[in-house]
Amino acid sequence: MENIAEIKQPGIAQGQQPASEGQLLPVQLNINGKNYLLHLEPWTSLLDALREYLDLTGTKKGCDHGQCGACTILADGKRINSCLTLAVMYDGIPLTTIEGVAEGDTLHPLQQAFIDHDAFQCGYCTPGQICSAIGMMKEGRAQSSNDIHELMSGNLCRCGAYSNIHDAIEQVMEENINPEKK
Amino acid sequence: MNASNTTNTDTSYIGRPVNRVDGVLKVTGKAQYAGEYNTSGLLHGIVICSPIPRGKITSVSTSDALKVKGVKKVFTHENVKGLPWFDLSYKDMELLPGSPFRPFYSNEILFSQQPVALVVAESLELARYASTLVRIQYETAEFETSLERNLKKGFTPRRGKTGYEKPKSRGKAERALKKADVKVEAAYFHGAEHHNPMEMFSSTVLYENDDKLTIYDKTQGVLNSQSYVTRVFGLKSKNVRVLSPFVGGAFGSGLRPQYQLFMSVLAALDLKQSVRVTLTRQQMFSFGHRPITWQKLELGANKEGRLMGISHTAISETSRFETYTENVVNWSGRLYECENVRLDYQLVPLDVNSPLDMRAPGAATGVLALECAMDELAYALNIDPLELRLKNYTEIDPAMKRAFSSKNLMDCYKQGAEHFGWEKRSYQPRSMKDGKHLIGWGMSSGMWDAMMMPARAKARLTPDGKLTVSSATADIGTGTYTIMTQIAAETLGLPLNDVTFMLGDSSFVFAPFEGGSSTAASVGTAVLYVCQNIKEEVFKLAQKIDGSPFHNTSIEKVVFANGYITSEDDPQQTIAIAEVLQRSGVKFIEEKSTDLKLKNLIKQGKYSRNTHSAVFVEVKVDEDLGMISVTRVVSAVAAGTIINPKTSRSQVLGGVIWGISMALHEDTFLDNNLGRFMNHDLAEYHIPVHADNPEIEVIFVREKDEIINPLGVKGLGEIGIIGVASAVANAVFHATGKRVREFPITLDKVF
Ligand code: FES
Ligand code: FES
Repeated sequence: MENIAEIKQPGIAQGQQPASEGQLLPVQLNINGKNYLLHLEPWTSLLDALREYLDLTGTKKGCDHGQCGACTILADGKRINSCLTLAVMYDGIPLTTIEGVAEGDTLHPLQQAFIDHDAFQCGYCTPGQICSAIGMMKEGRAQSSNDIHELMSGNLCRCGAYSNIHDAIEQVMEENINPEKK
Repeated sequence: MNASNTTNTDTSYIGRPVNRVDGVLKVTGKAQYAGEYNTSGLLHGIVICSPIPRGKITSVSTSDALKVKGVKKVFTHENVKGLPWFDLSYKDMELLPGSPFRPFYSNEILFSQQPVALVVAESLELARYASTLVRIQYETAEFETSLERNLKKGFTPRRGKTGYEKPKSRGKAERALKKADVKVEAAYFHGAEHHNPMEMFSSTVLYENDDKLTIYDKTQGVLNSQSYVTRVFGLKSKNVRVLSPFVGGAFGSGLRPQYQLFMSVLAALDLKQSVRVTLTRQQMFSFGHRPITWQKLELGANKEGRLMGISHTAISETSRFETYTENVVNWSGRLYECENVRLDYQLVPLDVNSPLDMRAPGAATGVLALECAMDELAYALNIDPLELRLKNYTEIDPAMKRAFSSKNLMDCYKQGAEHFGWEKRSYQPRSMKDGKHLIGWGMSSGMWDAMMMPARAKARLTPDGKLTVSSATADIGTGTYTIMTQIAAETLGLPLNDVTFMLGDSSFVFAPFEGGSSTAASVGTAVLYVCQNIKEEVFKLAQKIDGSPFHNTSIEKVVFANGYITSEDDPQQTIAIAEVLQRSGVKFIEEKSTDLKLKNLIKQGKYSRNTHSAVFVEVKVDEDLGMISVTRVVSAVAAGTIINPKTSRSQVLGGVIWGISMALHEDTFLDNNLGRFMNHDLAEYHIPVHADNPEIEVIFVREKDEIINPLGVKGLGEIGIIGVASAVANAVFHATGKRVREFPITLDKVF
C-alpha cells in the first residue's frame, strides 16, 4: 500500500499504547485523491477526523449537530454534513473537501466567483457554502434563481452574505449552461 | 486575485471596489481560525456548564472521569487556587462597573450555563466522554430572571461601561405632550438575542518552556486578550503573545475575553502543555447577549406634524454582578428637531450573565422603538411616514446644539425613496395586494456614531518596492485587511500587490478592539499618517541621490503613483520608488505613526459625528397563514468616504439581514421557571437562511466630511442594521393594519 500516509494519534508519544477506553479502529480515508490511514475511536465524526487528525481545517465546525452546513464536504460527489457522520463509515469512499476544490493554483470557477462577488465576510461559512454549491449544481435540481436560495438554505451565513453567495452561484451556473458568458 | 487588482497600474485605490486581499485564503480553506492551530501533543479541554441559574455547588466528583486513560485533569473551583481576587485584574477594555465573572472562583452559581468545570484530555473524544462522567451536585437558591415581572425594580445607572453617555432630558416634555394636537403612546418589547458568529469561541494556547505562551484567540482585540491574560495569571507581556489573524464573525461577542481563553491558559500553565478549548454551539448561549428591553414611547405633534414633545423610557436587564449599559434612549433626542425631550434609561439586575454589546448596541434597540412610534404618529396625523421625517429634519444635533461634521440623511431619504418607488405607495393599510399576499411598504431612519479612537500603525518599505504595514487591529469579516491595503497603496502610490497589511498580533503597535464601527476611521487614519511619513523619508532620499531630478523640488510638487515619484510640472522627471531605496543603499525605511494629531481632536470636539441611513422595506404577508416575508429592501447610507464600495456593500447587506432577523426571527427564549435559555442551538434559535434573503439594494449617498479625519471615513459596521427592524415592522403594519410591538414579529402575532 504505497501512497498511504499513516497518521499518528496526536497527543500520543510514539510506541505508547493509544489512550482509549475501547479499541481504536483503522480507517482508510480517501481525501482529495490522497489516501490516509488513521486509527480512530469508532465514534470520531468525519468532521473531527478531518480537522483534528488530518489537519484539514478548511472544513469548518459551526454547530456539530447538522444545523448549519459549515462542515459540508462532498462524498462521492454528493454534499454531506461531515459532523453528522462517523469517519469509520467512509472507509475508502472518495471525499472532496475545500482543500481539494481548486486544481493546483487555479481556483475552481465558484471560488473565483465567490471572490469577485464578495460572497463572504468572515469566511467561516465559505468552505461549506462552496462545497454545498458544487454538490447542488451536480444534483441538477436548481432551475431558477429562487431554487438556488431554497436549495442552499442548509448553509447558514451569520455575516448575511446570502445575496452575494447567490449571485456567485448563479453566475457559474449560467456559465456552465452557456460557456460564452465566461 | 481578480484581474482588476493585478493589471491595473492606476494606484488610486480609495473608492474602488477591489476584491478582498484575503479572498483566496478564505475560499480555499487556508485562512486559519483560532481553533485550527494543531501541534503535536495538543491537549483538548471540554467545558461543563451549570444547569441551575443560582445557588451553590455542593459536591464535585471527578474520580470516574480521571480513571479514563488519557484524561489529564479536571479543573473546578475546588482545585483552582491562587488566582487574584481584585476585580481590576479581570477587567477588560469594555470596563463594566461591577465585578467581572471569574471562572472557578468559588462554588457560587450566578447564572444558568455558568462554566463550572474543565476536563482536559489527550483527545477531543476522550475529553468529551470524560466530561459526561463528572458528577456535580447543586443546591438551588431562589432566583429571578424575568424582566417583565420586575419592570418596577429598575434603577438609573450612575456610571456605565466604555462609551456610555448618560441620557439628558431637555425642555418640558410632559407639558408639551399634554398640549400636543396629536399624540401617540406605545410600548415595545424585544427578547434576548445571541450573537452566534458561525465560528465558535476557541483558544489554542501553545506552551513553551518557562510559561511562555502563544495564544490563538477568537477576539476582536488581541491586546484586550493579552492584557487580561497577563493580569489574571501574573505573566509578563513579553511572554504572552496573542494572535487572531482570522475571526469567524463576532458582532460584539469578541469585545470581552470569553471564558475559553481563561480556561485554556489556566490548563496550559498548570499542565505545562499546549491546550485548546473550543466551546460548543450550546455554550455560545452561555455568555453575553443583547439585553431584553421594554420601551415606552410618547410622541406629540402639532397639526402640521411638527414634533412638540418626545418621551422615551427604556428598561433593560443587567446581571447582578455587573452594570451593563447601552445608549438606548439617547437617539430619540438626536434624530429629529424637538425642544422638549424626556429620556429615561433604567436597569433591572437579574440572575443572568451580563449582557454584551451586539451589533449596534443600544441603537438597534432604541431606534427600533422610536421609528415604530414615528410611523404610528404619521398614521395618527394622517400623513405619509416619509413626509413626517422630512418635516422634522434637523441640520444640527439638537441634543448637543452643535453642527454635525457632516450629515446627508436628506439624500438618503430622497435616493432611497426614489429607488424604492415610495411615491407609488398607497397610504391606507391593507390597500396593496399581490394575489393572496398582502403587500406592505414601510420605512425608517437610522443613526449611529462615527467614532475615532487612538490607534497606531507601523510601516516598512524595502528596496524591492514592497511595503508592509501592521497594527494590532482585527478583521472580523469587515474588510480591514483590504481597506488598509488600499489606503497604504494609494498614499505611497504603490500597486496593491506590493502592499501587505498585517493585523491580529499583540506584538504589533497599538490599536483598540474592533468595535463600534471605529476601525476604518481610526486605524485607517493611522495607516495614512504612517505612509505619509514613509513618503517624506523616501522623498528625502530621492533628493539626495546622484543626479536627482528633485534637488530643488518640494514634496508638494511631486506625485507618488504607479510605483514612481514624478514631478508635477515635468512628467519626464520621474524615478521608481524602489530605485530610490536601491540607489540610496538603505536596507529599509521604517516608520511608526504617533497617536492622532491633537489639533484634529480639538476641532472634532466642536461637532457631532454620526452616520445616518434611510431604509425602505417591502413585505408580503400570506393572508391565510400569516407568514411574513421580506421581499425587497433599499438601504441608503450616509457614512462619509467609502473606501471600498464592494466590501462596504457587503457590510450593509449583512446589517440588513440582521435587521430582518431582529424583526422576524431572532429570539432566545428565557424560561423564567428554570432561569434558563431554552432554544440554545441553531435549529431552535432562528436566523435568516438563504430562502429568507430578499432583493437588497444598497446606496451610499455622497457625503464629504473634512472634520472627522483626513480620509473623511465614518465606519459602517453598525449603521446597516439600524432602522431595518423598524422599517420591517412598519411594513407589516401597512400590509396587515396590525401593530405588532413585541419582537420578533412571528405569524401568531399578526392575526
Ligand atoms: S457543523 Fe455540521 S452542520 Fe454545523
Ligand atoms: S461569511 Fe461569515 S458566516 Fe458566512
